[in-house]
Amino acid sequence: MLLNALLLALREIRRNLMRSFLTVLGIVIGVAAVITMVTLGNGATQMVANQIASLGSNLLMVMPGQRLGPGRDSAGAPKFKSADVEAIQQQINGLKVVAPVVGSSVTLVAGTQNWSSTVNGTTNDYLIAGNWKLAAGRLFSDDEERAGKAVCIIGNTVKRELFGNQSPLGNSIRVKTFDCEVIGLLAAKGQGGMGQDQDDTALMPLRTVQRRLTGTLDIGMIMVSLKDTTDSAGVMTQLRSLLRERRKLADNVDDNFNVMDTKQIAETLSGTIGTMTALLGAVAAVSLLVGGIGIMNIMLVSVTERTREIGIRLAIGALENEVLLQFLIEAVVLSAFGGLVGVALAFVACLGLSSLMHMPFLFNPGINLTAFGFSAAIGVLFGYVPARRAAQLDPIAALRHE
Amino acid sequence: MAVAELGAPLIELRAITKTYGEGQAAFQALRGVDLQIAQGEFVAVMGPSGSGKSTAMNLLGCLDTPTTGEYLFRGIHVEQLDRNQRALLRRNCLGFVFQGFNLLARTSAQENVELPLLYRGEAADVRHAQARAALDKVGLAGWEHHTPAELSGGQQQRVAIARAIVTNPLVLLADEPTGNLDSKRSHEIMELLSRLNGEQDITVIMVTHEPDMAAYARRIVHFVDGLVASDERPGATEACC
Repeated sequence: MLLNALLLALREIRRNLMRSFLTVLGIVIGVAAVITMVTLGNGATQMVANQIASLGSNLLMVMPGQRLGPGRDSAGAPKFKSADVEAIQQQINGLKVVAPVVGSSVTLVAGTQNWSSTVNGTTNDYLIAGNWKLAAGRLFSDDEERAGKAVCIIGNTVKRELFGNQSPLGNSIRVKTFDCEVIGLLAAKGQGGMGQDQDDTALMPLRTVQRRLTGTLDIGMIMVSLKDTTDSAGVMTQLRSLLRERRKLADNVDDNFNVMDTKQIAETLSGTIGTMTALLGAVAAVSLLVGGIGIMNIMLVSVTERTREIGIRLAIGALENEVLLQFLIEAVVLSAFGGLVGVALAFVACLGLSSLMHMPFLFNPGINLTAFGFSAAIGVLFGYVPARRAAQLDPIAALRHE
Repeated sequence: MAVAELGAPLIELRAITKTYGEGQAAFQALRGVDLQIAQGEFVAVMGPSGSGKSTAMNLLGCLDTPTTGEYLFRGIHVEQLDRNQRALLRRNCLGFVFQGFNLLARTSAQENVELPLLYRGEAADVRHAQARAALDKVGLAGWEHHTPAELSGGQQQRVAIARAIVTNPLVLLADEPTGNLDSKRSHEIMELLSRLNGEQDITVIMVTHEPDMAAYARRIVHFVDGLVASDERPGATEACC
């Protein structure tokens, strides 16, 4: 009986290719859409998480002026000096490195190319604090740092704009009035957590920037990198009291500097990612539902259309169960086939789209199983239930059905 | 299946009634029908619309059950059988031909004819051979692979007849088999039914409202208002003289 039903079912599928194709198509689209959406969403989430990691963990950024925001005055606050950096290094425990940074926006010129970028005057510790790696070349030597030599390490974007595909090492870049030798190239980090291009930068020794670009001994920002085991809240408290003391602030005066914790930024962004994931889940659920309704419709229509056929089969002596088994097998075969094609299509689409959007491709077995299982279940249910209704009709009633 | 005592009729209806609906809306389609049909008869059932002839036909074909009364098929009480038992009775003993042909669309003549054999669980080679033989009997040798859409009305009805006789049924039930056909094709179908009745000893019961077609039968039963109004055997007088 099972073999007969299988034969009948496969024969019906082959005979009604158009109907079978439409049924399968409904399931394929339903399954593929959901899987693709969720997989791409996961990839995007992963990409943002990677960007946060590239910020460098356990990093405090100390800047002069009050916390940014409306109604706050940051213009009059005194800048930091090298002595502040040394004091932090000496008096606070649990630090990995402390790097002073002086930024300056300048136009960089090499040959006929020019490019506006930010030059950061700093020390070699900047690379450790900022989680940077050298792609080529070398760091600053002690001599270069002490004497404020005209050397620079450039980011990938600057290299691309000024030198194209050629190696920048040993070439010189003109910065305002002086020429600067390129001694190193930073490994690319890509987009930052806020969407800015982190690779659009050039590093010079702190003294070089102070003497030749800003003309003061001020330090714009101090990057404080903590050891992995250090508690950032404790360090922040110590930092604040140290700096308040050095700046001679009375107890009733607000800080005229602020300390930013990248961990906090990371946590804020993680919250955003959580929202994004929840949103994706909701979208996936809705598409799964819409896909399911599509499958339901095509199944209902095709079975209702076949009431007469069921009547014929019953009249010539088919048992109710034989007719049902045939329809059940048809529904299972079509749903399972559609589901598998949908999974395969989603795999190809995700692979293509994620490479197109430079996102990591994360295969998610859970959503593949869910989408397949849900669609197949709906296909079988709505292929089977109307067939059962029809098979329970009197053969005469089914035959009269138009 | 227990075979009835010798000489008992193949089919016997005893005080059959059939009521559709309930209460005020109830409609009594059959109001106490008694009828006996013997093996090998060719019976035409006639009557105006609403006379109950189609209802009687559905009951005889085990497609429906009577409200009251008894229906004996070879001594078996059909009114006591359940759905599946009636389906098995249809499968093993009855063949149907409908006014609207009722073939499966997009399905070759051969496969349409094989369908009842498939439900009987016959092997593929047996199915092929028997279906070919049945199509040959109705004069459609060579048309095995045509689908209903590629066949004329007369040919489609022949395929339907082949499907009905492929299982060698005891009874062939035809509900207005010529209703959708022109006169020439109608006569061809009637000749085919007569031949099957004569050569194969198949009992043929046919509903028709065309006297021309009823003339092929050896017995004509008239229904009026849910009762058998007359039961004639036109050939009988000739036989006795």
